[in-house]
Amino acid sequence: MAAGVSACWNAGVDERDGGGSPVGRRIVLGMLGLGAFGVAAGARLQQGVNEALEPISGFVPGGGGFRYYSVVSSVRAKTAQSYRLEVSGRVSRPRAFTMADLAALPQTSLTLDFQCVTGWRVPDVPWSGVALPDLLDACGAAPDAKALTFTSFDGVYTESLTMEQARRRDVLVATSMYGKPVTHDHGGPVRLYVAPMYAYKSLKWLGGIEVVDEVEPGYWELRGYDVDAWVGRSNGRDDAPTA
Amino acid sequence: MRRLPRFGAPERTVHHATALLMIVCLLTAVCLYLPAVSTLVGRRHLLRTIHLWAGFALPVPVLLGWFSRGFRQDLRRLDRFTPVDRQWLRRRDRRAVRDGTGVLPVGKFNAGQKINAAFVAGSILVMTATGAMLAFPGPWPVPLRTGATFVHDWLFLAVAVMTCGHLWYALRDREALIGMATGSVPQWWARAHHSGWAAEEARRAGGAEPLPNERPSGRVRP
Repeated sequence: MAAGVSACWNAGVDERDGGGSPVGRRIVLGMLGLGAFGVAAGARLQQGVNEALEPISGFVPGGGGFRYYSVVSSVRAKTAQSYRLEVSGRVSRPRAFTMADLAALPQTSLTLDFQCVTGWRVPDVPWSGVALPDLLDACGAAPDAKALTFTSFDGVYTESLTMEQARRRDVLVATSMYGKPVTHDHGGPVRLYVAPMYAYKSLKWLGGIEVVDEVEPGYWELRGYDVDAWVGRSNGRDDAPTA
Repeated sequence: MRRLPRFGAPERTVHHATALLMIVCLLTAVCLYLPAVSTLVGRRHLLRTIHLWAGFALPVPVLLGWFSRGFRQDLRRLDRFTPVDRQWLRRRDRRAVRDGTGVLPVGKFNAGQKINAAFVAGSILVMTATGAMLAFPGPWPVPLRTGATFVHDWLFLAVAVMTCGHLWYALRDREALIGMATGSVPQWWARAHHSGWAAEEARRAGGAEPLPNERPSGRVRP
């Protein structure tokens, strides 16, 4: 009986034999067309989507706000009590700074954008902490030293700056963000904020600073990213400068 | 209980390989892009490497499948929409069964399965292309890269939804799952869900009087 119905419904149409219409192919081609259109127009569309989805930005891809990136599986949290920042290498006074020591140094505040090399940007983030040149002076960094190597207490991540870059007033050893202590997920209690550069320079969970004679490329730089990571002038990107 | 052969080894291998790679892509994507999950998992470089390898491997099983005649025949069936498929999409009683036989003479694949297959094929192509632009950004100006990110991000959501839907229908139908795992389905199941295909198989096995569109004259081409 079913066969009879089949013959009636599909009379002369056999999908095995090139009958019927090639809807599958049309869907695939249509998706390729839409995809190409999306690539061409996506930059503008994303803008509108970001604005529309502002309230739930934490849950959708491409929305605004910070994204959490870590290169290790987990990072053991440090409290304000247990935290130490070791400054070593070519300094006349090597030291391990406690949070209180950092708070006793001159404080600097900045409100600037945070731009990731993967495209997301968080506007107007209020940062404060110790400007790196003030910290270097407090330890007596050798005047002829060429560079700094930063290590994270995640045990893996490293970063670098030339001494000239590190002497900028907009490079912070940040202890506060949005007026509150830097949280663990944001790299607290102490992280780096290198205002003029892409976010991978702003190492999280800052554990050590070594004053050295040569730039040693950091974690992502060994994996193909630019060592001098100026926003808008590196990594083939043309974002608006952050500082 | 009679069983009908539904999928040969090549079709099943292509399905399983594509499914595995797709799941790896989706899981690593979740770890890389959903902030709440990234916070728990970390390991960015490793996840990125796995995601890229699985992503670029994703089109391979289907391309290799082309060497198999059975797979090519299934692709042709998936591509072609017949009047029954249009009825299937339109009618509320598309899944109705009378006396053990599906009321609509659905072929080897129903219209939903055909649309899913086409969507998966299109997604794999678009995701591989935009993913390649993101993995090797050198030649692309920034607005195009932003566009590629936009397409890759949003199509990810669509693929995740479609995959969940696919799994939802599969997991509710034990015989369909066993069919994809072993390659054969019970005849009663075929009659209920794909009655057109069951009839076709019965005619082929029984050598009964062929239908008009199976007569040699029906196949003569100019």
